[in-house]
Amino acid sequence: MTGIVAFGAYIPRARLQRAAVVEANAWYNPALRSHAKGEKAISNWDEDVVTMAVEAARDCLADRDRSDIRDIFLASTTLPFSERQNSVIVKEALNIADEVGTLDVCGSQRAGIAALIQAMAAAPETGHNLCVASEKLNTRPGSEGELLRGDAAAAFLVGRHDVIARKVATFRISADFVDHFRESGSAFDYDWETRWVRDEGYAALAGAAIEGVLERGGCRPEEVDKFILAAPIRGVAASVAKQGGINAAAVVDDLGQSVGIAGTAHPLLMLAHCLQSAAPGARILVLGFGSGCDAILLERTDLEIAHPAPFGVGGWLARRRAEPNYLRYLSLAGHVEIDRGMRAEFDQKQPLTALWRHRKTVLGLVGGRCTRTGTVQFPRTDISVAPNGHFVGTQEDYPFAERTARILTFTSDRLTYTPDPPAYYGMIEFVEGGRMNAEFCDVEPEDVAVGREMRMMFRIKSIDEQRGFRRYFWKAAPTATTTKGSSDGQRN
Amino acid sequence: MASGIKDRVAILGMGCARFGERWDVDGETLMVEAYTEALEDAGIDTSSIEAAWLAVGMDAFNIGPSAIPASVALRLDNIPVTKVENYCASGTEAFRGAVYAVASGAADIALAIGVEKLKDTGYGGLPVRSRGTMFDMIGVVGSAPGSFAQLAGAYQARHGIPPQDLKRAMAHVSVKSHANGAKNPKAHLRKPIDMDTVINAPMVAEPLGLFDCCGVSDGAACAIVTTPEIARALGKKDLVTIKALQLAVSNGWELQGAGWDGSYVHTTRIAAERAYREAGITDPRSQLSLMEVHDCFSITELVTMEDLGISPVGGAARDVLDGFYDADGTLPCQIDGGLKCFGHPIGASGLRMIYENYLQMQGRAGERQRRQQPVFGLSHNLGGMPNQNVCAIAIVGLEGA
Repeated sequence: MTGIVAFGAYIPRARLQRAAVVEANAWYNPALRSHAKGEKAISNWDEDVVTMAVEAARDCLADRDRSDIRDIFLASTTLPFSERQNSVIVKEALNIADEVGTLDVCGSQRAGIAALIQAMAAAPETGHNLCVASEKLNTRPGSEGELLRGDAAAAFLVGRHDVIARKVATFRISADFVDHFRESGSAFDYDWETRWVRDEGYAALAGAAIEGVLERGGCRPEEVDKFILAAPIRGVAASVAKQGGINAAAVVDDLGQSVGIAGTAHPLLMLAHCLQSAAPGARILVLGFGSGCDAILLERTDLEIAHPAPFGVGGWLARRRAEPNYLRYLSLAGHVEIDRGMRAEFDQKQPLTALWRHRKTVLGLVGGRCTRTGTVQFPRTDISVAPNGHFVGTQEDYPFAERTARILTFTSDRLTYTPDPPAYYGMIEFVEGGRMNAEFCDVEPEDVAVGREMRMMFRIKSIDEQRGFRRYFWKAAPTATTTKGSSDGQRN
Repeated sequence: MASGIKDRVAILGMGCARFGERWDVDGETLMVEAYTEALEDAGIDTSSIEAAWLAVGMDAFNIGPSAIPASVALRLDNIPVTKVENYCASGTEAFRGAVYAVASGAADIALAIGVEKLKDTGYGGLPVRSRGTMFDMIGVVGSAPGSFAQLAGAYQARHGIPPQDLKRAMAHVSVKSHANGAKNPKAHLRKPIDMDTVINAPMVAEPLGLFDCCGVSDGAACAIVTTPEIARALGKKDLVTIKALQLAVSNGWELQGAGWDGSYVHTTRIAAERAYREAGITDPRSQLSLMEVHDCFSITELVTMEDLGISPVGGAARDVLDGFYDADGTLPCQIDGGLKCFGHPIGASGLRMIYENYLQMQGRAGERQRRQQPVFGLSHNLGGMPNQNVCAIAIVGLEGA
């Protein structure tokens, strides 16, 4: 039996209020008013497909042993690097040993489901494959896409044993149906007329995929309990379901009002959401539409979820800050070049030699533990920091990323450059020992106090705009899943 | 065991440029300004100087690398000149080099000069720069106020002092230094301010507002040192000698180890203890006459009062608000305006502090002269951040004290 062993998700904390976007742009396009309700998840300047993928993977893996992971798939159409494999950065951040396969899957909105199907097809007899889909789509200000699209990631651990959802059947259609495209290096999608996409694309191609997968799985349309189709066109999922004979009640909420459609990651995000509550025996049909249509039919087993995701879709949705400031969003997304001041000119060139030497420290947040005294520290050094024994060369790796810390000192700095001022940072001390100076992320003024509990998150540290490189490192975020701002529009 | 530096070296002459936004001059001219004053004070000419130490904190932004800029600007006689950089403690480091050269017998007369030209960056505050390959990957690129502001929250948490009470004590630190700076013709900031101005100032790094931060200045200061015997032979009387010179450098314990709670500066405590021992001072609160400390930020001065063993731990705010450290208080701190108002040209700061103590000992401090004859003057230079730093302490005093 092959299927899903565990699942997790990530949704950025800031939720751009659609009303703010509409208010700013309706002078040009009053038709946008039809999308004024709800909000969408927006990643901060220090988040990208890689960082979101890492968080989703951590959510999926929870407290599991990661040593039996064989292959890592990362699906996205908005990968930060065209070359420098993105999935291998995820692997380093997860502190998984080098003896593992990594693969980026891209090129279409179908990439997420395609990667999941491939991860299952390649599932090892023992051990697991990790499939992550993540999307951060650049949308043109004032476009419908800006209102409909959101940022998110989802992750699945797949294998042949202990599955909580088994693969019943898959069906794949590959066709050069160009509903939209984005040339390499281009910033934005170019979309064709919605009505054509709906009729010739979703209705025809998705319809055929549904028929194909149900036939292979020996499942009648009315037996589908959950139907997942992510489309940035309103009402499409319902009409495709109806046309295919699937019950209207089976159509899964697309989270469009709270997250927005997160591109190729979205069907996986919906699946992760759906699995949180799916009853044993539930048959779940998931479609991945784009350059054709892939379909997978799953059945929830009666196995209990052994290592539940610490957050899951529900947890991330609750960890929320309403963003009413459209201009701030435009600036952080890079659409408006505000005056950042001369301090922003600092050259962020990364010596790649040093990054290679210290990749475990930098990307994996791996410190050291002195095997003589037991003292743990970050970073790992030749000579132990322990005052009772400065032993030389006695340290072994000691990972910090999954450990809880507390704030020791803090400030909010309005002088230093950050794209999202003020810069919050301070010293944190890990509950089980070890300390470091850390930047804080996803933080409000009331979150910073001595003793406050923090969780490490993988983020962009700085961007070298001159050479097109980005440094990643770990930042500390409050563990409390606080909700900030009015919930108006979240679910209306 | 080494007996230390006490009374083995005397100050022969000192000089200090006017600090401030010196749009008119380069670092080289600032050095000349300080140097000519010191030469005149010492009553010697360049040919008598046998070795020199140059301090500059951020050479890339002003005079450039190596000791050559000082040798050229001052037209030194091809003597050994060494450049030192130890963050904001660089000035005291140059002094240490010159004093040790004389004490060792390697030179009869040595020069220490510190300079910084910070106002050629185009923006306020200290320049943004790399702190090393590893730091740039895993460290926090915060501002100086951001680094030191963290002392405040940790201090509050440790001592249970309400934020507004600490803010008031911090404000008094700045008000006092502005009052002192107003009387100093070489100071960068010469305008007295009141408590409300400090408390209501725009926030720079929580809880430090604009007036909790020292000035970023251009400037230079220098010292010419020799043996007490040579000083007397040159006609000097009432010598000011070096009583102690100590340096303590973090080894990573605060930042990477366990136990430091962020509410104080570990190295200052160590350097102070060593300095008092070297100077033969057993009760600094009653024996010290003057203090020039590294008040880069008001909170730094406040915790330094405790780290130097003057105020009891947790008690500095009370002493500050009682006026203990005011110019007319028991133990004046920053009688020249301090970094806060005299200004903070990094490489020059340690020497500027010694310059003030030297002037005060000799009764040459003009309008701000302490009436009571000072005996021991301490200067304290702190470089880096509270969690990882260099602390330098110099004590000078009347010969034989």
